[in-house]
Amino acid sequence: MKLRLSHVLPPLAVIAAVIAIWWGVVVYTESPIFPTPWAVVTGTLELAADGTLWEHITASLMRVGIGFGCAMLVGIPLGLWMGWVSGAYRTFNPIFQMLRPISPIAWIPLAILWFGVGDVSPIFLIFISSVFPLIVQTTSGVHTIDRRYLRAAANFGVTRGTMFRRVVIPAVLPEIIIGMRIGIGVAWLVVVAAEMIALRSGLGYLIMDSRNAGNRYDLVIASMIIIGVIGLMLDGITRLLEKLKTVRWRYVR
Amino acid sequence: MPPALSRGHTPKAGRLGSGPSLGPQRHTTIAERITDMPPKIAVKGLTKSFTAAKGGQLPVIDGVDFEVAEGEFVAIVGPSGCGKSTLMNILAGFEKPDAGHLLIAGQPHPGPSPQGIVISQYGSVFPWLTVQQNLMFGLDAQAKGKINADLADHYAAMVGLKGFENAYPHELSGGMLKRVELARAFIVKPEILYLDEPFSALDALMNLRMRNELLRILAEEKHTVLLITHDVDEALYMADRILVLSPRPTRIQARFELDMPHPRRLISPEMDALREAILKELGLEMPA
Repeated sequence: MKLRLSHVLPPLAVIAAVIAIWWGVVVYTESPIFPTPWAVVTGTLELAADGTLWEHITASLMRVGIGFGCAMLVGIPLGLWMGWVSGAYRTFNPIFQMLRPISPIAWIPLAILWFGVGDVSPIFLIFISSVFPLIVQTTSGVHTIDRRYLRAAANFGVTRGTMFRRVVIPAVLPEIIIGMRIGIGVAWLVVVAAEMIALRSGLGYLIMDSRNAGNRYDLVIASMIIIGVIGLMLDGITRLLEKLKTVRWRYVR
Repeated sequence: MPPALSRGHTPKAGRLGSGPSLGPQRHTTIAERITDMPPKIAVKGLTKSFTAAKGGQLPVIDGVDFEVAEGEFVAIVGPSGCGKSTLMNILAGFEKPDAGHLLIAGQPHPGPSPQGIVISQYGSVFPWLTVQQNLMFGLDAQAKGKINADLADHYAAMVGLKGFENAYPHELSGGMLKRVELARAFIVKPEILYLDEPFSALDALMNLRMRNELLRILAEEKHTVLLITHDVDEALYMADRILVLSPRPTRIQARFELDMPHPRRLISPEMDALREAILKELGLEMPA
């Protein structure tokens, strides 16, 4: 993919305008507490220099990795099963549909009650937030497999195991990737929120700690920007899966 | 009427059944040569209806009888929506008839199996597998490994896909996809090919080209073929026998024998007469 100047310049111009307005307003109002963009840059460099920034980033990513990994281990097989076996779908779909709209933030009190203030609570919250999109997408992926492929496989007399391995799973894989993109997005939202409540590390903690420890709003904004950039990168990495040869068919034509 | 055109419910014996001394039957055993060998497909009194939206029964197939002999190419022609595809689904074993007999080589239908492979208008080449993997799909249920890959490449070459073995279906044109599908069917050596408007999604030129391809392969590898189509010329070009279906609820309203060698010319007095007769059965009167 080639980057063309006419595609790159407008978004850069918007970012530049936002920074310019921000800077102008801060200077004009002579705010004693809201930082200028430059203050955010120096604050970020300061955090990066003493190493605490990397610790917070690693802590957040580790929680997302474990929570999201568990969600995949549970959600994808469960979704395949519910999609393939209609009895399983009828049995489990109602409760998942009821749990799904509950914001993961609402689980925070229960998480603290069950797991205390440690790493397990945010991992649990990430699991809760990303497991439902994975289940739902995988299940609907199985349900929307074109019947002609299942018929063709049956026509060739393959066993149920082969049918599942060589037809069902590859047919659903693009939907699973969509579920992963949604799941990782929600997980990243939730880890920051969860870390604000109860922990000693992570980007969410960094935001609250910076405010509490002397109104360091330069570090608050620095953290926000870093969270945004990492979220974008996580989505980009997941999107790389769409380039896999065995799923390309879903995104062309 | 031209001499090759016979009307009415008097099915003749199939091409291969006309005499034990003919070439293709030289190697058959004495038991097989006995004339009571069952037809490849035998359908008698087949009916099927669906439950309509309002709860009533919607009859789709209303007593269909016909037989297809081993090695015969029979075309079933009918108007759109007459129940052709339902008939095909029953013959291939994907649906059960409400009543009637359906015997494959004298045996009750075993359900969908590689014994009879379906090729339909929409195509079912697996888009997540390469051409070679698609061709090996049916074989993998039986054997393993290198032999299958070699066989797949042989069949890919046979249908003109040499050099595309490792391509993915989305990289191929519609005509090439059809070739993949044909090769994937031929490779498992099905006794019967069920073709359900196989080429109707292709453009007109490719449609004509694929007819010739199919006939060329069928000359090399003998199969019993049942073609369902609304394209009278397609049937005239390829079939040994044409059955015309009535509108829904469908039954066979006319049968035509085509005792003509291949390759056939679609424009000849004989063909014109046949075409006119078939179109008339389908409710289309040609202007005089």
